[in-house]
Amino acid sequence: MQVIQSDVVIIGGGGAGLRAAIAVAQEAPGLSVALVSKVVPMRSHTVAAEGGSAGVIHPDDSLDKHFDDTVSGGDWLCEQDVVDYFVGQCTREMIQLEQWGCPWSRRDDGSINVRFFGGMKSPRTWFAADKTGFHILHTLFQTSLQFPAIRRHDEFFCTDLLVEDGRLQGVLALCIATGEPVLFQCKAAVLATGGASRVFGQNTNAGIVTGEGMGMAYAQGVPLRDMEFVQWHPTALPGSGILMTEGCRGEGGILLNKDDHRYLQDYGLGPLDPWPRPRAMELGPRDRLSQAFWHEDQAGRTLQTPHGTAVHLDLRHLGEKKIMERLPMICELARTFAAVDPVTAPIPVRPAVHYTMGGVLCDVHGATPLPGLYAAGECSSVGIHGANRLGSNSLAELLVFGRAAGLSAARHARETHAASAALQAQAESRAAVHLDMLRREGGTRVARLRQRLHEIMEAGVGIVREGPRMARACEQLAELREQFRAGVALDDRSRAFNTEWLTAIELSHTLQVAEAMAHAALLRQESRGAHMRIDGFEARDDERFLCHSLIHSQGDAPPRVTHSPVTITRSQPRARVYGGAAQNQS
Amino acid sequence: MSQTRTIMIECLRYDPEQDQAPHYRTYEVPFTDEMSVLEGLQYIKDHLDGSLTFRWSCRMAICGSCGCMVNHQPILSCQSFLRDYYPARIRVEPLEHFPIVKDLVIDQSDFLGKLESVTPYLVPAQPLTPEDGPNLQTPRQIEDYLGYAQCINCLLCYAACPQYGLNNEFTGPAALALLARYNADSRDAGQKTRMEVVNAEEGVWGCTLVGLCSEVCPKHVDPARAINRNKINSTQDYFLRFLAPFGRGS
Repeated sequence: MQVIQSDVVIIGGGGAGLRAAIAVAQEAPGLSVALVSKVVPMRSHTVAAEGGSAGVIHPDDSLDKHFDDTVSGGDWLCEQDVVDYFVGQCTREMIQLEQWGCPWSRRDDGSINVRFFGGMKSPRTWFAADKTGFHILHTLFQTSLQFPAIRRHDEFFCTDLLVEDGRLQGVLALCIATGEPVLFQCKAAVLATGGASRVFGQNTNAGIVTGEGMGMAYAQGVPLRDMEFVQWHPTALPGSGILMTEGCRGEGGILLNKDDHRYLQDYGLGPLDPWPRPRAMELGPRDRLSQAFWHEDQAGRTLQTPHGTAVHLDLRHLGEKKIMERLPMICELARTFAAVDPVTAPIPVRPAVHYTMGGVLCDVHGATPLPGLYAAGECSSVGIHGANRLGSNSLAELLVFGRAAGLSAARHARETHAASAALQAQAESRAAVHLDMLRREGGTRVARLRQRLHEIMEAGVGIVREGPRMARACEQLAELREQFRAGVALDDRSRAFNTEWLTAIELSHTLQVAEAMAHAALLRQESRGAHMRIDGFEARDDERFLCHSLIHSQGDAPPRVTHSPVTITRSQPRARVYGGAAQNQS
Repeated sequence: MSQTRTIMIECLRYDPEQDQAPHYRTYEVPFTDEMSVLEGLQYIKDHLDGSLTFRWSCRMAICGSCGCMVNHQPILSCQSFLRDYYPARIRVEPLEHFPIVKDLVIDQSDFLGKLESVTPYLVPAQPLTPEDGPNLQTPRQIEDYLGYAQCINCLLCYAACPQYGLNNEFTGPAALALLARYNADSRDAGQKTRMEVVNAEEGVWGCTLVGLCSEVCPKHVDPARAINRNKINSTQDYFLRFLAPFGRGS
């Protein structure tokens, strides 16, 4: 087996992975970095982020406001010390990107322009029209090319983290072009593999967002945290799930039910006037908006489309000039994929899964409980999102914690000695398991297994949850994992660029991540943030559940869930209110 | 749900472990009006033949993964729709001018090397740190380069470019557009470094202004204009070398 040695391995070439790689190359010179990604970095899902990234710069804004919007937005399940570090670093990172060439949208005098997003007291979202993630990712990728210390391994699919003597010492990957296993031997690794939204059918995410990074750490005994908190973005195109950015509402877009009524006023987000105002109506947080959609849908006040029910996102009153300047990609997407011109007609939208609030447990430095393993970005649970992520915080998270995790990994690499000799044998035996899949006869098709996973999750662990349905989902997921173990039928038995095989390996992780979500959700007998129950647990219960969920893998058996305390430093939980009520509170 | 019809999709197949040469296989695919070519390929993979191999990811025309030839035209399969080809059958092939890895997957390493060769990052006049605060850049100054910064590296322009087809030493449209993007940025002082690539035989002068790159670009980057602009710079650079042999201020 080919062995590649480097000080730090970074798994994932999206925003967090690239930022980590640059941090090591720039701030820890002398160390070698292997950047291993299953796609060429600029194809990573960061590319699809639209609306923007948070950083306090507006004269009306403050770090305290960013802290409070984040913590209250997360329904007090955030690690408050981590949030303090985060808000303190965001603006620095936005400026750093500016100096690397990111084309942030500007005011006429050439200074940075910021826009409102949902749940914000002041405008805070730096944006590059409505292609912010695209520009951030290409800026980072192109900037990374000036550092010879960063060795890219594009289209290498990581399958396993390798642990010897209680610390991470290597990563097993398959070279996609040839199917050959490669051992990346290292002193430290940064997991930057993104979220797991493809656990669900209706979602806004790229096809590569399948959660295997979480699965790899979980399999090595690292707990996943707060996996029950899954974000439904309120405005995606029915069917395809393509995202219509929150920036649409930040720029003044409104949501209407089938009677052209701005229904959000009926869900604690009104009154209507004065409009626009922060943290009210369409500028409420994502969990509340998606939940309001569910109620409207139940009441029969949504529109019928060929791909399910929808409400209208209306931008027409903004006028063509503003729409084309601020939301050009939204226009193109709506025209191409929904046959609607937002300048002249409202866009049909419905909620779709968008973001995994939970992830691999790690501290403010990105360190996981496994020595040598660090995590950053959506795959991680560093503790800033709580029960509901504030829009614009995820791009900022990639940068702030990508850098932090990179630097921590570099420090660890400097203090660590060469790898254990047993590593290669472990790599060989894991590789044999994967290669064996190519030889096995019979079993279920990948597409069938995936379809079943989507059905189970949509039915049992959706926007609105009930105990018996979640319990059923847990049982069905156990059965599905059993079915997977019984065999996956592959049409393609070759090694070279065998995407069917890789999808099957991905799925082995995705199924476990799904199971972690379902079990954590079942045990949380309250409603908080994105976790909404309608079976007698409609209220938040700080007495019993002001705590994180930690999900521990039990191998082939269902997971074990424990709870751990939340760090509260300066914001005691209070009622989470928006609209007029929020103004009375502050 | 719109009406389901059936379209014939003929795909180029090539398995490097089995096949001496590429061949074609045709699939019968049921489709509805909103289904893209990509969704047609996904249908084949999920239901008819799991060995059909192609790249895709975002399915919203921003990641640049899914470029291929449909009826000899380079397109993004995610934003081309089966309804627009029906009732004719369609032929799907890998992007032209690149080596085939397997089926519709091409080897993009030549392009990645070219992208790396154009110094595709800001070279500031003076080193800056975040503590210095953001540069000022007016919306007008942004307009100078923003068009070129829209490139998603999908490689349709390389598949369309007859010059690249004749001689793949040519730096090519997307990489030269990226070069123009940084040269045109008011925050950049790296033009001199990049002129070496521009002036080289395989730089801008490799282009014969056919302009197909701009026609097929799904993001309206207009590489042909970028190359032309570089030619003007290259000509100026050529003459300036005689007028000012010690360079401009360096």
